[in-house]
Amino acid sequence: MAKTEKVKLPSWKEVVIGGINPDAGSAAKYNSGTWRTFKPVWSDERCIQCNLCWIHCPDSSIMIKDGKVCGMDLVHCKGCGICASICPVKPKKAIEMVKEEK
Amino acid sequence: MSKKLLALTGNDAAAYAMKQINPDVVAAYPITPQTSLMEKFAQFVADGELDTEIVLVESEHSAMSACVGASSAGARVMTATSSQGLALMWEIVYIASSYRLPIVMPLVNRALSGPINIHCDHSDAMGIRDSGWIQLWAENAQEVYDNLLQAIRIAENSDILLPVVVNYDGFIISHAIENMYLYDDAEVKKFVGEYKPKYTLLDPKKPTTFGGFDLPDYYFEHRRQMADAMTKSAKVIADVAKEFSKICGREYKSIEGYKLEDAEVAIVALGSTVGTARAVVDDLREKGIKAGLLKIRMFRPFPENEIADALKHLKAIAVLDRADALNAVGGPLFDEIRAALYKKSTIPVVNYVYGLGGRDMGLLEINKVYSDLAEIAKTGRAKDLVTYLGVRD
Repeated sequence: MAKTEKVKLPSWKEVVIGGINPDAGSAAKYNSGTWRTFKPVWSDERCIQCNLCWIHCPDSSIMIKDGKVCGMDLVHCKGCGICASICPVKPKKAIEMVKEEK
Repeated sequence: MSKKLLALTGNDAAAYAMKQINPDVVAAYPITPQTSLMEKFAQFVADGELDTEIVLVESEHSAMSACVGASSAGARVMTATSSQGLALMWEIVYIASSYRLPIVMPLVNRALSGPINIHCDHSDAMGIRDSGWIQLWAENAQEVYDNLLQAIRIAENSDILLPVVVNYDGFIISHAIENMYLYDDAEVKKFVGEYKPKYTLLDPKKPTTFGGFDLPDYYFEHRRQMADAMTKSAKVIADVAKEFSKICGREYKSIEGYKLEDAEVAIVALGSTVGTARAVVDDLREKGIKAGLLKIRMFRPFPENEIADALKHLKAIAVLDRADALNAVGGPLFDEIRAALYKKSTIPVVNYVYGLGGRDMGLLEINKVYSDLAEIAKTGRAKDLVTYLGVRD
């Protein structure tokens, strides 16, 4: 999981033109999961390791280790809820959306 | 330097320039008076004379969007439009410049609706004056051709990377046939060279993101960079003109005076009206009246200091605007020239809004401007700051 970097921002003479980002995968360096209302809570016990959540997540926020789901990347998850919606486990899903308490 | 003399319309001249430039991608939608330009260009492509990929789209919004996509992918890209077409692509016009995509666009100037009208004025171009596009203006078909060939080199310069619009008057230039010179294919090909993009979407070894969200911590810096590129482009435009003079035989300037050095009164104008005003100046000179003329070829970047310098010796100045800003203080060219002269001179400057929606601007009207100027020069004061010239009272 990435940490939030605190760096001195570049001047207008230093930034890459046109808002172009030549640094592939740079989102890994930033905490972009700050505006979530609901967070996915994953249950290791109920999970059947079908990986449907990993396939459907639009933000690579389903963490995988050795081919198995091992948790939710809450630094990047926006809380869209697709993973919980797609989870086929019954009667209680392996991923549930829970309101963020702040 | 080899050239051949041909009789062509302004649109033919633009199509011929595009043929010699041989862009990788052209995405466009037909609109009067641009239509015959794209027809001619599409014919060249259909005849197999060049290998441009033409993207036929369902609107100008899509045309410019396709241009942005193709240019981001590293292609040399052109399009063309007029009036409402430009109005419809307006949103993407700003995207193109902010992504620093060197797209080149002939803009066949036509009045904006409404009421609906298909004839010449400059309201379309003035609507994008603050969009970050470099603006060149042509006086005749020859300049359409010459400006387009130079525009490619200006836009693609790695220190600039801003799109360029080449303006020319709808119908008056686009559809009138004039004698003009075309240059040798090989010479033009060598001059325009090959576009080597700085960043491209289609390089899997160097993946890049175009169009990322630019929050308050970066947007301002990117806009500041655009302003810097616009400032720097003035020198690049001059350098390109110098190099191009080896092909065309004359060196284009950002502004061009006509009998201006010893003039007492002068008109400042854009586009084909400059040609008409030359005839009036010649006529007045024969009568011993010291009339002069200043043509603005490069409107963006705005050559403030050159203009102030070129006009400093005059006794009275009239700025002609073929577009009204409807702001109660005159047309857009007038506003900027007055600002350029602020604190640098006390010469009276007046504005004439003329030719809206294709209203003729003839020798008679221009003569009236010079006779007003003679009066202002004599008395040192102007009766009216802004005059609507050629409107029925």
